[in-house]
Formats: sequence, structure tokens, C-alpha cells
Amino acid sequence: MGLQLKDVSKFVGQEVHLKDISLHLEPGSRYVVLGRTLAGKTSLLRVMAGLDRPSKGTVVAGGVDVTGVSVRKRNIGMVYQQFINYPSLTIYDNIASPLKIHGVPKAEVDRRVREAASMLHIDHLLDRLPAELSGGQQQRTAIARALVKDVDLLLLDEPLVNLDYKLREELRDELQKIFGQRDSVVVYTTTEPSEALMLGGNVIVMHEGRVLQVGTTTDVYQNPANVKVAQVFSDPPINFIPVSIEENCNRFGEDLCLPPTSEIAALPKGEYTFGIRSNKFSLFDLGEGYFPITGTVGLAEINGSETFIHFMHGNESYVVQEEGVHTRKVGSRIAVYAHPGDFYVFNKAGNLLVAPKHGR
Amino acid sequence: MARIDLNEIKHSYKPNPRNDDDFALKRVHTTWDDGGAYALLGPSGCGKTTMLNIISGLLKPSHGQILYDGKDVSSLQPEQRNIAQVFQFPVLYDTMTVYDNLAFPLRNRGVPSRDVDARVRKIADTLELSADLGKRAAGLSADAKQKISLGRGLVRSDVAAILFDEPLTVIDPHLKWELRRKLKEIHNEFGLTMIYVTHDQVEAMTFADKIVIMYEGEIVQTGTPEELFERPEHEFVGYFIGSPGMNFMKCTLDGDFARVNGSAIPLEEGCGVRASRLGTDFKIGIRPMYTGVFATREECGNAPAFEGRVLGVEDQGFCRIVTVQFGGQEIKARVSDSRTVVDGACWVVFPADKTRLFFNERLVG
Repeated sequence: MGLQLKDVSKFVGQEVHLKDISLHLEPGSRYVVLGRTLAGKTSLLRVMAGLDRPSKGTVVAGGVDVTGVSVRKRNIGMVYQQFINYPSLTIYDNIASPLKIHGVPKAEVDRRVREAASMLHIDHLLDRLPAELSGGQQQRTAIARALVKDVDLLLLDEPLVNLDYKLREELRDELQKIFGQRDSVVVYTTTEPSEALMLGGNVIVMHEGRVLQVGTTTDVYQNPANVKVAQVFSDPPINFIPVSIEENCNRFGEDLCLPPTSEIAALPKGEYTFGIRSNKFSLFDLGEGYFPITGTVGLAEINGSETFIHFMHGNESYVVQEEGVHTRKVGSRIAVYAHPGDFYVFNKAGNLLVAPKHGR
Repeated sequence: MARIDLNEIKHSYKPNPRNDDDFALKRVHTTWDDGGAYALLGPSGCGKTTMLNIISGLLKPSHGQILYDGKDVSSLQPEQRNIAQVFQFPVLYDTMTVYDNLAFPLRNRGVPSRDVDARVRKIADTLELSADLGKRAAGLSADAKQKISLGRGLVRSDVAAILFDEPLTVIDPHLKWELRRKLKEIHNEFGLTMIYVTHDQVEAMTFADKIVIMYEGEIVQTGTPEELFERPEHEFVGYFIGSPGMNFMKCTLDGDFARVNGSAIPLEEGCGVRASRLGTDFKIGIRPMYTGVFATREECGNAPAFEGRVLGVEDQGFCRIVTVQFGGQEIKARVSDSRTVVDGACWVVFPADKTRLFFNERLVG
């Protein structure tokens, strides 16, 4: 069963929570809603679920208008950021609760509870109470409860945000497999680009209550429609460089002039914003076509197996991503190399003109 | 500032501990240098909060002593230990101005007002709070309040140590790196002994010069970020540091080769021979970024290569994580985003200088 949002807006007092959102979610597909805090991700999920009624617009599920139809009358599973379970019920009864409400026969309940529990590796904890479990196990319980009945729509609101990063890594991996086996429409919100990429499927990029771009996750990552999408969809931050395209030269800053690629050469002279992802800066001169940018190291952040080196070139701050774990002294000098073919070009309005060829 | 010695510390919350499992801290014996930036890192329940409470004086250890610059402070209360603390949530006086909040710890100790003023302005400048000095704390955002709490912790230059307990929890993710950078700058500038407790790997690895990894009530390794990544001394460190974690495979030893399901994987020279007397319960560990995956034998060059099978590829944007079936188990490899890897038969390479050997969970080569 598919889900459609037509021209949905949500206002709370003077505040705009959602603005003019139209989406068409295909049955059996997976959508990651990516956006920073307060982008409207949770508001969107609540409207989809029927927990909130939109101020404007309609919600259509499987061809039927369900705008304002209570979540209880619809076939929906939801997982929240906080681990929400019934504290006085055992893990077994927590998972079984959505089935019991619907009067599913006992033997069937038992089969499905055990299946969901084993999928989430909590089958050995079924007779415990939630308070006796770790945070990760409690969230697994909440996810198992959302999965136990065959829902039309499975909504997960930053389900891993309160877990430590090793648990996140494990659960992400498992969830990706579990989603692939289901016919439900899955909608999953996150602030983290890496999580969106790992879950794959489609991405809906949100900012300040609006949907900025919808598409397959890799396509949106490689071709962000504008500067805002590029920002939201990069961690560490994408590097933006103000560039003026002149005769035979793309000038940025006082001292750098980089040779144009054929796509860039075709652009009219004027002011542009160039963007380059931190992993496309290299700490080694990779040979022909690469040009150096020097700077001063601000901080080296170590994230998993990557090092993000923040550096200043003139008054601009940039980030280069280095594979592996390395420490760098604050204030030391650094040279990074870039290739003109790895730059995105945005016009003054911030819209994408040129995207690098993937796998160049 | 002070050097801190933890001398044969053990702690149990139970009145009559019987065995190791009854101890929240099993045995901690270590020295932290004067002026060092340390992070205590581990999963929940590893004992890091117990350790912090022992250092601050909220808890008296059931065994052992804690020394500040050689002086036994085990029985002293926190206020007698001359330390500053910063907690998860902002701790400040809402009705006071930012200036008065920052000045409070100094005035409390009778520091002359001229010195107070100089120090407050210095700290405010470093934390970019100068514009807010005249404002009341009550009206500020959570981020700004936590910056003031950090400032209150940092304002005294005569403390023995500054203890941070997950201080960036309430900070918006996009501002965190700013504050990490500030803390690092402050450490470089003032040379304070700082101890930073967190379960967040990024925070620990970015902030500290030395990271103390705790696991099940013990320190399993103290080292720089590179040391933890390149030579984890315990399997837990290999798993916990790096993403994805280290690959581990059970093996037997055959000279300087590790046999995994019949495949002879080369080890560093002398390593297998030296370790063989220890017993039989060995594992090799190798990081996904050092695990090579190739479509053909030719691409592996002269290196010993082994047959495997690619089960799946995950795109992470800047790289791909490949799941490979090898030696009867699944391992992970990290390859560049410019390479295309397809499911099916493949060759895997484990460079000898990046392959570590573990016995009983501990690094032996």
C-alpha cells in the first residue's frame, strides 16, 4: 500500500512546522528523511501516522483519503527516539501487545513474537522486564513490537540516536537487512548522512519544514540540487569556496587560480560557489591536474576510522578527510591537493550547475 | 596542576565482595602525567564513572590509594582536593550575569578582584562569551549555558585537575566540534591536567592526547589515538575503536603463519614463533581498511592472496564497506569509493605488517 501527501502544511500558532509538502511513497520502498534538528522530520512522520492532522492538504493511503484518521484505525508501526515500552510488561508481552489488541490467536502470537525477537537478537530476554535491559536491548524491543504485525507503514524517528556508536553500527546493519524483507513502506528519519547512505533506498532531504529534494539516496548524494542539500548531506561539512570565473582562470581567494575543466569552461564569467567534499581533498599530490591549497590546522577530529582535519586557508575554513587515525598538531602547516574535476559548481542562487563525474 | 597516581585501586559496591565479578573496578594501577589531556572511554557499565568518582573524591575506593603529586588524598572530600568539575548538564546561577558566574569560583577563594577580572575576561575571550558577559545566564541557550559551565571549570589556574563528565551531551551536534576545538586550544594554552569521561569515541579521540580504554572494570589500554587504532592491546579495543571494528579470526600457528581454515596468512617476522609457546587459543585481527579485496589474482600482485566471496557492498559515500565470506566467517573490508566491487568470487589479501596476533584476547604480536 502506497502513501501520498498532497500539499501538506502544518502550522502551530505562528510557527511553520511543515510547508507545501507533496510526496508519493511507493509500496514496498524505503525512504530516509534526512535533515538537521528542527527540520520538520518528526512533524512529517506524525502527519503520515495520523498522530497529527495537517493544517492544510491531504494524506492518501492505498488510494483512500486518511487525513485526520486516527493512528489507531490505521495499520502502522512506529519507533521513537526514546525507548518506549510498557514498564510492567515482560519483553514477550511488550512485543505481543499490538497482536493481542487485534485478537490474534495465541499460537500465532507466540510464533510471531519469537520470530521478531530472534530477528532482533532478544529471544533470550523474553521473560525480563524492560528496566532490566540495556538501552540497546530496550530499543530492540520497541523495534520488535513495531515489526511484529504486518503493518502498511513502518515509521522510525531517529531510532538509534540515543545508543552508543557501536550499537548503532550493529543495529543499522541489521535494520537494513530487516527492511529489505518487508512489504511495508518504511520511513526512517535521521540527521546523519552516513546513516542515510548505509540504509540506501530513497532519501527525502528536509530543511526548515520544506522538502528540498527527493530521489534515490546515491543520486541525491552525488547530485545535490542546491547548496543547502549539499550541506545537509555531508558530514564532515562540504567545503564551499567562492570563485569568480574569469578568462582562463577560476579565481578563488587572492592567490589561487585553477584551470577550468571543459564543463566549467562553458560557464559564463561571473561569481559562483564551488563545493568539494572533504574526502576529495587529498593530503598527497596525486599527479596531473591536482593543485595545492595550503593552510593551518585547526583541529583533527577522529571519527571511526577516519580523521577530519579542519584547516584555515586565508579567512576560509575547510575540512579534509584522511583515511585511518592520525593526530595533527593545532597550528601546524598543511598542504592539500584538489582536482578541478571534483568540484560541484553552484550559481549565485545556490542551485547546482555542474556535478563531478562519479568515480572520476 | 598535578600528577595523579592510582595505586592498586579496587572498588566494590558490595559490602562483602567474594569474587572478581563483585568488583566495579577490578584492578587499576596507573599514573597520569601532570598537564596531560586524558580521556576515559568505554561502554556503559565499564567502570568509568566509578573511576571518576574516586578521582574526584565522591567515592572512597575499597582498596588502594589515590595520590595527587605524591600526596595521598584517598580520604579527602571533593572540596578538599582542589579540583574543578564540569558535568553533563549546565551548573550555574541563573540569576547572576555570565561575568559573575565565571568569577564565582575565584571570588569564593578570595582572589583579588583585579586578578579575577583579568582571568574572567581571558576565559570569556577563549570561549567567545565576551559579548555575553553582562547578560543574565537565565535567558541564554543550552549551548551557551554549557559554555559558561566549561568556563567556570576552567577559570581557576591553580586546580590540581579538571574533570569533565560527558560535557558535550546537551550541545547541538553541529556545534560540538567547535567546543572540542576550544577545549583542545585551552589545553594547549594553559597546560591543565584534564580528565574527560565519555562513551563517545569521537570526543575521546579528538580531545585527548592519551586515551584510557576501560572494559569490564579494568583499563585494557592507555595510548594515543594512533596506538589504539594500529596496535590495539586487547580485542575489545580493536572492536571498539574504528568503524567498522577490527576483523578477528580464530587461527592456529605454523611458524610465522596463522592458519585460518587451511589458509596460511603471513605474520610479521618472528611473531608467530615467539607466541607459539603460549598455548593454542589464538586469533588474528586486521582492520577493514587494511584488508584487500580484489576481483582477480593478478590484481593482488605478489602478495599471498586467498579465495573469498563478496556477499554485499555498502556505500558510505566516501568509501565502500564490503562484506566478504572468508575462512568460514564474514569479515569486512573498506575500499575506496572510486572502486566498483561486485558480489561473487574474490581474492583477499592480509598484509603481514598490519595483521595482529591475539592470545586470550590480548595482543601478542
